[in-house]
Amino acid sequence: MAGGIKKFVVGSFDDEAVLFPAVKNVRKAGYKIHDVYTPFPIHGLDHAMGLRETSLHTAGFIFAATGTTTALSCISWIFTKDWPLNIGGKPNFALPAWIPITFELTVLFSAVGMVLTFCYLCQLSPFIKKHHFHARATDDLFVMAIECTDKTDDAELQSFLEKAGAKEINIQVAETGWWIGRYDKEQKLYREEKGY
Amino acid sequence: MSLLKYESQIREPLIGGDKTYHQITEDIIKPIEMKPSRLWYIGFFISLGLLLFGAYSVYREVTYGIGQWNLNKTIGWGWDITNFVWWVGIGHAGTLISAILLLFRQGWRTGVNRAAEAMTIFAVMCAGQFPIWHMGRVWMAFFVLPYPNSRGPLWVNFNSPLLWDVFAISTYFTVSLLFWYSGLIPDLATVRDRAKTKLRKLLYGVASFGWTGSTKHWQRHESLSLVLAGLSTPLVLSVHTIVSFDFATSVIPGWHTTIFPPYFVAGAVFSGFAMVQTLLIVVRKVMGLQDYITLGHIEAMNKIIVLTGSIVGCAYLTELFIAWYGQNPYEWYAFSQNRANLFSPYGWSYWLMMFCNVVSPQLFWSSKLRRNITVTFFMSIIVNIGMWYERFVIIVTSIYRDFLPSSWSTYYSPTIWEIGFYLGTFGLFFTCFFLFAKYFPVVAVAEVKSILKTTGENYKAKMTDTDKMDAEKFYIEEVEHAH
Repeated sequence: MAGGIKKFVVGSFDDEAVLFPAVKNVRKAGYKIHDVYTPFPIHGLDHAMGLRETSLHTAGFIFAATGTTTALSCISWIFTKDWPLNIGGKPNFALPAWIPITFELTVLFSAVGMVLTFCYLCQLSPFIKKHHFHARATDDLFVMAIECTDKTDDAELQSFLEKAGAKEINIQVAETGWWIGRYDKEQKLYREEKGY
Repeated sequence: MSLLKYESQIREPLIGGDKTYHQITEDIIKPIEMKPSRLWYIGFFISLGLLLFGAYSVYREVTYGIGQWNLNKTIGWGWDITNFVWWVGIGHAGTLISAILLLFRQGWRTGVNRAAEAMTIFAVMCAGQFPIWHMGRVWMAFFVLPYPNSRGPLWVNFNSPLLWDVFAISTYFTVSLLFWYSGLIPDLATVRDRAKTKLRKLLYGVASFGWTGSTKHWQRHESLSLVLAGLSTPLVLSVHTIVSFDFATSVIPGWHTTIFPPYFVAGAVFSGFAMVQTLLIVVRKVMGLQDYITLGHIEAMNKIIVLTGSIVGCAYLTELFIAWYGQNPYEWYAFSQNRANLFSPYGWSYWLMMFCNVVSPQLFWSSKLRRNITVTFFMSIIVNIGMWYERFVIIVTSIYRDFLPSSWSTYYSPTIWEIGFYLGTFGLFFTCFFLFAKYFPVVAVAEVKSILKTTGENYKAKMTDTDKMDAEKFYIEEVEHAH
């Protein structure tokens, strides 16, 4: 739940063309980028940040295969073992006639499974609240949050970001991760609330 | 600064006006934050009225039985199944736009996909009503589900196209809903972060699932959209194929044709795009979204209409030819007498269908007419009427004269309750659509932002040769980085 309280230097950019070199320079300078929040997907930013490829599609394939097997095994068990029905004298094991349902279940399992996996991996659900470094990150700002360690010189990092083209720079203490909460209520950090 | 900067200068911009990212947010989300207009209330309450009338018609049908509709032994499928196929067909455009055009990397889909997908979901909801209430004893509807039961267990018949339909329609509905909603989450987060009132913060906060816009999340979101598009593409084709199997696997002259699957799919896309045009021409005008749903978008959809309309026309002629060439007297009678003979009881509906679906869309070969909004709007309605008649012709003209001439039906016409049920689904459709247009972003905000710098009017005008060189350099760097 609570990912721990950390200090961040947050720089907001208003142009993705400025953001790209900034990301590279910040990483070259040895700072640890916690995350970059953008209003829309920016192709290549994941590479620039050094994130690895997602393997969500592999999950999709596994779910699809589960759907196929479920459909085929259930139908063949039902129609050959459990209750063989005589339908116009046709064979009980009527594989071609089962293709449509097998296909539909393949797609259904894969789609539902992938969306659930996606929500699980990104920790998305109703009544989950996360820390937002900038309210305009879903509008028109590209927000870079850099994690501060004991050795980080805040002032130096701030001037570094300013040179890199950030429009707004500030320091935030935030709890990473997520907690159960509502967006209409101001919420204290998890640890503050619990008093430790 | 993305790969898509290679967009040709000759192509017209997909986003008009002098836009910034913030301006896009403003334009699309403003209508959600304002009080609905008087026009909205009028439209909403008319739809709600129709829905109530439909509910009463269904109540009559459930209480007194299928006889409330003028169905009889000979014509067992009338308006209800016609309407079912019609609505399912309309429900094909949304997923086609969002899935197939995504795979083909068509930038113009971003302006229209959200509304088209919503339309798909509502259309499939309407379609589902017909087979369910047609069951007559609707409280037995759960009999179509395969589950271990105390009746034997008596399972459903997995070899029956009607059961395939159950699976196809419910899968299609679920997958379309997931696809639509997963695309909505980032945009709902945008609404949430702009919200001023507490209620709005609460509701959009719940609906947006705590979306932050993290790069990792976007990466997974992109992967999810791409795979869902890949799954939906064959799904779209399969759904109407399976609907056509309801007819094609029977032995009824007029239904028993192998051309049905592709012919139904083309017809579905045709009618779906017509309905998208009808809705979006009104939406862009009322909500002032002319910069996002441009004449270029309308023209692109009209091109698809003329293409699919011509495929449908080709299919009509092919099945007519094959009916003659096949030399099956029953088949040929169904085509030459029940349908193509203008003076037979339903001959008029065949020729009305021919006119609406085959002749009239040919106007769209002219680019001037394709870009004319009034013509497009009327054409979209004509196409929808034509496609309704197509299903009516297929269903009623094939069964009203069956193998036993003594049971040949006298002229079948629907009762007020049968019409009321149909009107009721319009009520359901438009009630949902009005609510959608009021409470959800009707254009995919994030997706439109992602194409702004490549196809926005202001950016396109400013783009210089140096910019293009930069883009090329960036591309090479990025490819190197990826490997």
